[in-house]
Amino acid sequence: MQYPTNIKIVRVPCTGKVDVIHIMRAIEKGADGVCVIGCLEGECHYNSGNLMAKRRVAQASKILDTIGIGGERAKMYNLSSSEGPRFAQYATEYTEIIKELGPNPLRLAKNKAA
Amino acid sequence: MIVADRKPVEEIIEYLKDHQNILVLGCNECVTVCEAGGKKEVQVLASALRMNAQKNGNEVKIDELTLERQCDHEYLEEIRDIIDQYDAVVSLACGVGIQFTAEQYPNSMIYPGVNTCFMGATEKRGLWVERCQGCGQCVLATTGSVCPVSRCAKRLFNGPCGGSTSGKCEINPEVECAWQLIVDRLKALNKLDEYEKLSPIKDWSTDRAGGPRKVVREDVQQ
Repeated sequence: MQYPTNIKIVRVPCTGKVDVIHIMRAIEKGADGVCVIGCLEGECHYNSGNLMAKRRVAQASKILDTIGIGGERAKMYNLSSSEGPRFAQYATEYTEIIKELGPNPLRLAKNKAA
Repeated sequence: MIVADRKPVEEIIEYLKDHQNILVLGCNECVTVCEAGGKKEVQVLASALRMNAQKNGNEVKIDELTLERQCDHEYLEEIRDIIDQYDAVVSLACGVGIQFTAEQYPNSMIYPGVNTCFMGATEKRGLWVERCQGCGQCVLATTGSVCPVSRCAKRLFNGPCGGSTSGKCEINPEVECAWQLIVDRLKALNKLDEYEKLSPIKDWSTDRAGGPRKVVREDVQQ
């Protein structure tokens, strides 16, 4: 099982911990995209953590779209914690999406200014 | 509490297009509870504004601060030493806080970051509902603690209109008929006699009809 090495994994106790600002900050600091991978819907150990994450990712995505960074740079996937191969599949899929979008425009603007 | 809703980011970006030093100023009171203008919302908006500026190659300084309240002079004093650094402030407080901040700092441009909606309560997270219009003469004692001013579309005082159907208002089938609620509650309290009493014509001069209002309490003034 392999997945792209350009992904930095940030562990959280539950995707319900992920807030809009965490996604925004990651992008602001130069990440090309933020992919939130949570448990399957209806199977959250805390009942609704992944559903809250879904709405927050949607909110971040909307803001990123509005400011022209690209809504696709925030995305959520769901899987069961035992599904290692599916994690690898999503990681690869998301990396492809980001590759198509290109690098974070903030980094490009920064390099241009420098 | 006062309920507000977030303004679209693009609207705020438009306000700020000619400014380079911006303070995003939140409020720790009502707008924090209704998740429109508290510390979290300040962080998200400031981040979005910074990214927008950076993407467009504009050198803009955007700082974040959240005050305990913006509708009180003493808390607004906390920004007296720093406000001159900024050529614009986006206040995420309610309309009261925005105006109070502007009155306190007449030389600063203060923009609204939220749409102030009404006085209400949190029915559940993400659902805020109107419960009071501040009419200045509370009638809840005779209406089973259900307000016909804020909850009846026609602000009726002596029973429902003909548009009340199955407990719902004619303006929208999702809106409950205030008078149905009043009658149900008076019945449950065994106070239906109250419903029989006619309410005299309400003095609306204490409402907005009398212009901007104030409450003067000499006993507590300093």
